Amino acid sequence: MTGFLNIILLSLLVSGVATLAGGFLGSLAGLALGLWDFPGRPSLLRLIRTLMGMPPVVAGLLVYLALSRRGPLGVLGLLFTPTAMIVAQTLLVFPIVTGMVAAIVALTDARARQTALAAGATRTQAALSVAWEAWPGMVAAVVAGFGRAIGEVGAVMLVGGNIGGRTRVMTGAIFLETRQGNFSTAILLGLILLAVAFLVNLALERLERLVPR
Amino acid sequence: MAPGCRKPKTEFILATTTSVQDSGLLDVLLPAFTKAKGFVPQVVAVGSGQAIAMARQGDADAVLAHSPQAEQEVEQAGFVVERRKLMSNAFVIVGPPADPAGIRGRSVAHALQALTQGKASFVSRGDNSGTHVKENQLWASATLTPAGNWYLKAGQGMGATLAMASELKAYTLTDQATFAVRGGPLQLEVLVKDDAALDNPYSIMIVNPKVHKHVNAAAARALAAFLLSAEGQKLIGEYGVDKYGRALFTPVK
Repeated sequence: MTGFLNIILLSLLVSGVATLAGGFLGSLAGLALGLWDFPGRPSLLRLIRTLMGMPPVVAGLLVYLALSRRGPLGVLGLLFTPTAMIVAQTLLVFPIVTGMVAAIVALTDARARQTALAAGATRTQAALSVAWEAWPGMVAAVVAGFGRAIGEVGAVMLVGGNIGGRTRVMTGAIFLETRQGNFSTAILLGLILLAVAFLVNLALERLERLVPR
Repeated sequence: MAPGCRKPKTEFILATTTSVQDSGLLDVLLPAFTKAKGFVPQVVAVGSGQAIAMARQGDADAVLAHSPQAEQEVEQAGFVVERRKLMSNAFVIVGPPADPAGIRGRSVAHALQALTQGKASFVSRGDNSGTHVKENQLWASATLTPAGNWYLKAGQGMGATLAMASELKAYTLTDQATFAVRGGPLQLEVLVKDDAALDNPYSIMIVNPKVHKHVNAAAARALAAFLLSAEGQKLIGEYGVDKYGRALFTPVK
C-alpha cells in the first residue's frame, strides 16, 4: 500500500531533518556548555535539563501559536505543513542533545584537554581533541534525540494536523487508526515504526565507529 | 512534495469534527468532490471546539462542525460566513445492557435525573467538542449539575470515550454515526433515543475572506456547494447503508 510508504517516508523526513538540525545545534551548544565555564552556566544547564523533559504537546503548542495566521509568524502560512512539524521536533531534540553532549564533554574534558595541552596544542586544538574523544557519546546523544522525534505524537499532530497524504506520520496514523477502532492496522504500523527505528539505529551505530581509536 | 511548500490554489484546509472522519463519511464525500470540482481539501480532524478556534485564527478555509451555539457565536463575531445546515444525525445515550441506572426508554431529562443517583458512572467527552457542548446543554436544560465520583471526564475522542464507557460499564452520550461504526464489539446498548432534544445538526461554513485575506474562499464555497448539491446530499444519505444496514447521517434535502 503506497499510503503506508508515504507515511513512513514522511516520518523519516520530518524526524530526520529535525534530528540533523537539533543534533547539530545541540552538539555545538553542548560542546560550548561542556568546555567553557562562564557566568550563568549552572543555571543554563539546569534550564536545558528541564527542557529535556518538555512534553511534546507543549513544544507543539508553542509552534502552533507562533505559526497560526494570528501568530507572529502567521504570514509564512506554515501551520499544517511538514516544516512546522520539523520546527516543533527540532525544539524537542535540541535540549536532549545539548544536555547529553554537555555531560559527556564535561566528563572527557579534563583528561583529553590536559593530554592535548601537554602535547603542545593550542586551546582550539585542545577543544577539537575533546570533541574527537567525545564523538561516540555525541552520536549516542543524537540517537536519543532521533528516538524522541520519531516516537512522539503530541507535537506533530498539533502543528501538522494529521492531514492524510500531507502531514500524517506514523505516530499520527497509529493514533487515527486507534481512534477509528482499526486496532490491527494500528498494531501493524506500530511494529513498522519500531522496525524503522531499529534500522536507523543500526545505521547510526556505524557513525560511532567513524572516528578511529 | 517539498516540506513547507506553499499550498497551491487548488488546496485548502477543511477543519472538521472527528465524527465525520472517524465514521468514514469524508472518505466517500471528498474524493467525489475533488473529482467533480478539482479542489483538494486537506482535512484537519479535531473537536468542534478546536475547529471553530481554527476559523477564528484563520488557520482553516472551511469548517464542518456540529456545535450550533458555538457556530452561531463565531458567525456573529464575523469570523465565518455562509453557514448552512448540511445534514444531521441524532445523539443517543448508551450504557451497559444491564442498565443499572434504569434509564431505558425514558426521556432525556428523566434519564439524566436517574444518572445523577450515581448507581453507575457516566463518561463525558470533557473536550469541548460538539458532543460535549451538547451534553452540557442537556444537563443545563434538565437543571442538573453533574458532579461526583460517578461523573468521569475522558478528554478524548468519541471512539475512545465509547471504549472507556464499555470497559467501565458506564453510560455516555454519543452520536449515532460513531456508535454505528464503533459500537459493534462494545458492551453498550442504545438506551435513550428519539427525543427532540437529541437532534445533532452538522453545518458547513467558510472562514470569512474579508477578515482573513489568505482564505481560499473559492475552494471553500465549491465544497459547500458540492455537499449541498443533489449529488452530495445523495452520497450523505446513502452512506453506511451497505456497511451498517442503515444510513448514518440524514441529509437536509
